[in-house]
Amino acid sequence: MADQLINQVLWPLIYILCIVLPLVIAVAMFVYWERKVIGWMHVRLGPNKIGPFGVLQAFADVVKLLIKEVILPTKANRFLYFMAPLLALIPALAAWAVIPFSSKMVLSNANAGILYLLAMTSLGVYGIIIAGWASNSRYALLGAMRSAAQVISYELAMGLCLVCVLVLAGSLNLTDIVNAQAGGKGLFDWFWLPLLPVFVIYFISGVAETNRAPFDMAEGESEIVAGFHVEYSGSAFAIFFLAEYANMILISFLASILFLGGWLSPLQGWIHADAPDWINWIWTGGFIWLFIKAFVMSFLFLWFRATFPRYRYDQIMRLGWKVLIPIAIVWVMVAGCMKFFGWVSIGAGA
Amino acid sequence: MNSVIRYFKSLLLIELFQGMGLTMRYMFKPKYTMRYPMEHIPKSNRFRGLHALRRYANGEERCIACKLCEAVCPALAITIDSAPRESDGQRRTTRYDIDLFKCIYCGFCEESCPVDSIVETSIHEYHFEHRGENVVTKQQLLAIGDRFEQQIAADRAQDAAYR
Repeated sequence: MADQLINQVLWPLIYILCIVLPLVIAVAMFVYWERKVIGWMHVRLGPNKIGPFGVLQAFADVVKLLIKEVILPTKANRFLYFMAPLLALIPALAAWAVIPFSSKMVLSNANAGILYLLAMTSLGVYGIIIAGWASNSRYALLGAMRSAAQVISYELAMGLCLVCVLVLAGSLNLTDIVNAQAGGKGLFDWFWLPLLPVFVIYFISGVAETNRAPFDMAEGESEIVAGFHVEYSGSAFAIFFLAEYANMILISFLASILFLGGWLSPLQGWIHADAPDWINWIWTGGFIWLFIKAFVMSFLFLWFRATFPRYRYDQIMRLGWKVLIPIAIVWVMVAGCMKFFGWVSIGAGA
Repeated sequence: MNSVIRYFKSLLLIELFQGMGLTMRYMFKPKYTMRYPMEHIPKSNRFRGLHALRRYANGEERCIACKLCEAVCPALAITIDSAPRESDGQRRTTRYDIDLFKCIYCGFCEESCPVDSIVETSIHEYHFEHRGENVVTKQQLLAIGDRFEQQIAADRAQDAAYR
């Protein structure tokens, strides 16, 4: 009985902590890195006072947010108002359960991993809608409506992109998808090459899905102040923040796993050398490669934000429905043909 | 034909990549940020900051209570009372107050002064902690002048050729 309890409750809890705690710290450092990068691109320095080069800035911000008062607006729905941040955060964290960090390191090696991920990332929008509605504020409601419309339209394009990957990999399991990209041609074995347009569309949808610039008109400072979280302060706001950044990191990891070969090395098959373990991972692959890829992908989020002005609402809808989805549909067929006629030889299957 | 070219240009995100290239170049440029309390931007010798009343080299205060500065002040920030000095009967100010909240730092007082007594120094970092401290008195102004006389004189000397 005690053994069962330890195996079924304690160890999963420890595993979950091993994912969530580094994730929260990663979010904090990501916020710091964002401010730093955007500062550099504005020819500024960014935060540089707290800690060496300002690395502790994010933690100072967290402390500030946690000791601030959480204000409940008049006539706001108390239960939903406090529920909404959690509804945004829980799916953002739960989605990490199926992310494989390396061939062995995965919390839940679910067979329908991608479906689960799609479900979790879509659930996050409920937090936003409920936050907007429960705040009893017109700005928040407008922001929530925009966000909902946007997430739903880009979910379609994103889903179609995932279909392309599924067709080529022949599996819904994320570990299998990465393994399908293993091969002898280095980084040209990965799915980004045959699915290049889809890769681009996937990442654009990912940016839109996380409500990030240039698709952040759910926040739209210039029109609706801050969108759905305009009435939130203190720790409730911090939780929204955490969810948004966790989602960004999740999208970066997903892009790396689905299109950039996950933990596989870009030198796979090119170098066959016998070296000690601490150097071996460079060509045999390991979770460090996944982190490097995810870091590069998440850097793109910041790069976009520093570069592009915000889209107008109708432009976002036009881009989603009239550009991205048609291209993705066409590429689903192209991917099907690739697989069926064997036009491209990808990964281990070839 | 043009519209076709434009369509493909936008479809291939060419302009977006150009923009990203631009921001990436800027990321590695030298930064303009001044680490303010540690670093300072060079200041002009004509900078108009906190006021001061100057003295002659022999220690005699320059101000002769002509009240030109009070008259010219567009913000009515200067208040002057005058009386014959008790020791030698010379015309001197008994009160010389400047309300720094009213002052707009136009420098007219300095320009109107026939004896170069009231000046605006290059001090721009000062603050008040209590209500009423915004009105600086004659004693305070003279003290500022005594303390920064070297710099005030140097700034005026640099500008003398253009006056």
